[in-house]
Amino acid sequence: MKDSLTIVLSGEAGQGLQTIEEFLVEALSKEYYVFTSKEVMSRVRGGNNTVEIRVSNAPIYALRYTIDYLFLLNKNSFYRLPKRLTKDTVVFGEENFVTSEDKEKYNLNLETFELTKLAKEAGNRLFANTILFGYIAGMLKLSRHIGHELIEKRFEHRGEKMVLANQEAYDMGFELGTNYHMPKTIEKPESVPSYKIIDGNTALGIGALAGGVNYIASYPMSPGTTVLMYLANKGEEFGVLAEQAEDEIAALNMVIGAWYAGARGLATTSGGGFALMTEAVSLAGITENPAVVHVAQRPGPATGLPTRTEQGDLNLVVYAGHGEFPRIVLAPGKLEDGIHLAQRAFWLADKYQVPVFILSDQFWLESMGQMEPFEVDDRYLESFVVKTEKDYKRYDWTNTISPRGIPGYGEGFVKADSDEHDESGQITEDFDVRVKMHEKRLAKRELLLEDYQQAELVGPADYKQLVVGWGSTYGVLKEYIETTDQKDVAYLYVKQPFPLPLSMKSYFDQAENVVVVESNATGQFTNILKLELDVKVDHRILKYNGEPFNIEEINERVSEVLR
Amino acid sequence: MSKFDFEHEIDIAWCPGCGNFPLRKSIIMALNELNLDPTQVVFSSGIGQAAKMPQYIDASYFNGLHGRGLSVAQAIQSVNPKLVVIAEGGDGDMYGEGGNHFIHNVRRNPNLAHIVHNNMIYGLTKGQGSPTSPKGLETTVQITGVYNEPLNPMALALSLGATFVGRAFTGDIERTKDMIKKAIEHKGYAIVDIFHPCVTFNKVNTFQWYKNHSFWLDETHDPKDYRKAMDLALDTERLALGVLYQKEDSIPFDEAHPVYREDKTPIIHRKRDIAKVNELLK
Ligand SMILES: Cc1ncc(C[n+]2csc(CCOP(=O)(O)OP(=O)(O)O)c2C)c(N)n1
Ligand code: SF4
Ligand SMILES: [Mg+2]
Repeated sequence: MKDSLTIVLSGEAGQGLQTIEEFLVEALSKEYYVFTSKEVMSRVRGGNNTVEIRVSNAPIYALRYTIDYLFLLNKNSFYRLPKRLTKDTVVFGEENFVTSEDKEKYNLNLETFELTKLAKEAGNRLFANTILFGYIAGMLKLSRHIGHELIEKRFEHRGEKMVLANQEAYDMGFELGTNYHMPKTIEKPESVPSYKIIDGNTALGIGALAGGVNYIASYPMSPGTTVLMYLANKGEEFGVLAEQAEDEIAALNMVIGAWYAGARGLATTSGGGFALMTEAVSLAGITENPAVVHVAQRPGPATGLPTRTEQGDLNLVVYAGHGEFPRIVLAPGKLEDGIHLAQRAFWLADKYQVPVFILSDQFWLESMGQMEPFEVDDRYLESFVVKTEKDYKRYDWTNTISPRGIPGYGEGFVKADSDEHDESGQITEDFDVRVKMHEKRLAKRELLLEDYQQAELVGPADYKQLVVGWGSTYGVLKEYIETTDQKDVAYLYVKQPFPLPLSMKSYFDQAENVVVVESNATGQFTNILKLELDVKVDHRILKYNGEPFNIEEINERVSEVLR
Repeated sequence: MSKFDFEHEIDIAWCPGCGNFPLRKSIIMALNELNLDPTQVVFSSGIGQAAKMPQYIDASYFNGLHGRGLSVAQAIQSVNPKLVVIAEGGDGDMYGEGGNHFIHNVRRNPNLAHIVHNNMIYGLTKGQGSPTSPKGLETTVQITGVYNEPLNPMALALSLGATFVGRAFTGDIERTKDMIKKAIEHKGYAIVDIFHPCVTFNKVNTFQWYKNHSFWLDETHDPKDYRKAMDLALDTERLALGVLYQKEDSIPFDEAHPVYREDKTPIIHRKRDIAKVNELLK
């Protein structure tokens, strides 16, 4: 039977929570199924941040709300969490980390855990994280050597002494953890496939590289910045020119300029930054210039909750930019799709000469999971750039998609224009030309649906009830379908929320009850479904407090509306 | 017929007598005298009367958004440093809407020429004040006269560390052409602010006004002398024309960027090694 434990580490910014998370997820992944996520406050030091580690004996892709084992790392780390405790939750921490009133009020099972003292015994306060790593590894009966190997890999460059000292600290924690008797345990699975541990950010970065990205211009804004940092770090090795723009307006105009000259450019941002880019989105539309933008959603309006999650910017990317022009919106929910869709975004932008958006969110970008290893191939590196002839016309309207030349390659001139233009790219105010050019651009919408990124059906093909989600709700909805007793329900995982092909209607025709789940307050995708496909949605399950959906609430809220 | 010009008649959208006409001549002459291959030249412009210039020159262009010509130009140049890139637009375009890009591209020092048509007015939108409009100029919006301090593009560029700072006046086609040539030849960011009369909307800064208020620098001026250049830039009574300043050992953006440190191949010509990407998936 599928069983899981939720371990939460609660501390403050600057305490190295991320390092423990990385250690634990790598180590646990060798002998368990694991999924981790973090939730942080918008500050560099202090506050209260948590790392959520869910361990299981069967594949898992989502968070559970209730905590089984809570590790408090400082005084301030308890007050936000009582709601998530059950009568069985064990709380680890130093005596004074929880007030006596709280102890009484919540009737806590407290387990004294003097990490600071232990670290001092081990020789240095800095060993606290390694001891904690060892403790949890010991508690979960991991093979001891796994931790040793990971420590060696990480500290190798800092010398043997450092490696040994950390291994000793790990052992110290490991002993204690082994001797701790866990009230709630799970069976170790017999074996676990060899997985790649990856988060959404890295998946997008790798996918972009496999899609040929060689230019990125962006202005920092959480949670979109990590992709910029990732590609900047890979810049020299892979030939990616990374430039921090002075603002988002510059960023997207630069990306457009880079594509115009033959590069494959990316801008990464969040909703606020993207709002500033919208005029340039429209520019890409009329110039028929490819562009790829990663929009990492966080709750708005305006600055909103900078470090939290939401799916509130679907309307923004679907409608961004004045005037009418086609576009593509891709929304990864599976880690594999982070890679796959990012690759594809560049190819689609090049092929159809339209702006392509990768719409992700904080939760998906920053949670880490297990991915079955696979290799990418070079199919998305296919270039659609042509060598120009002397009389080259950039907007030749013989076909809907005019062959795209770049300056300096061939005998012709490449004249691109944000004013309405004739075939050669010269400004025109001829109404007939306007109509023909406008229709040519808009006709790409039908064409690009030939490459629609098909949705994926999870569950029985003969379903009677259908749960629909897009992007990051994938994990929790897949887990729901895999564990529910309700046998007539399937989940439709939409990877391209816009535009939608009419053929998708058949998924809805088959269902007697349609439930759409999304992390926003107004049901943006539900509205798009109605507008694009004219289908009936019976129920919406919405969440907009800044937290991702967890498995318990999906169980509860979905069963409420199923028949 | 010279290169960069059209064989057929072209319909030009400027008013008769506008300073943009002689400027067009200067630019085409400069490109020809530099013997540039037209297929290797790219213009990037914003929106405005000035920004229409690339329409009337036979070369590649990206006529983008108001204010953003420099951003597009900078990207084009950096992904393919073999191209000759010219960013062009008006005073409103480049100093107003695009002011932030002006500031930060001076810092980047991209290898391109930045030609700003400075008529001290918004032409295309019919006569509103521009960032360089002098105090007192009566416009369609500042009806009793401009009351804000005008921006000094030369002093601003110098203060930011621009490696080439020049000014010209369309009243002298030859010298304006020479300025443009020097700007194109400069290794790094080269701004040329070009005075030209707007005969329709600016009744103060006329051809005669520019003529009376400006003078061309002669050989006695040493463009390496930064402080002298700053003095000249700050003098708004007698406006110096010519190369105010040129830094000798300017290192352009593409040479400073890590992606070109070892490998000089333009990034658009590099092949992605998919096997190396797969290493990241191990
Ligand atoms: C975002 C945006 N805002 C405003 C405009 C309207 N607009 C077009 S040109 C222009 C100013 C033109 O002045 P300048 O750049 O000095 O060029 P000139 O016509 O004088 O040569 C303005 C405000 C626009 N096209 N785009
Ligand atoms: S409005 Fe002024 S700047 Fe524009 S074309 Fe006419 S004269 Fe020239
Ligand atoms: Mg002007």
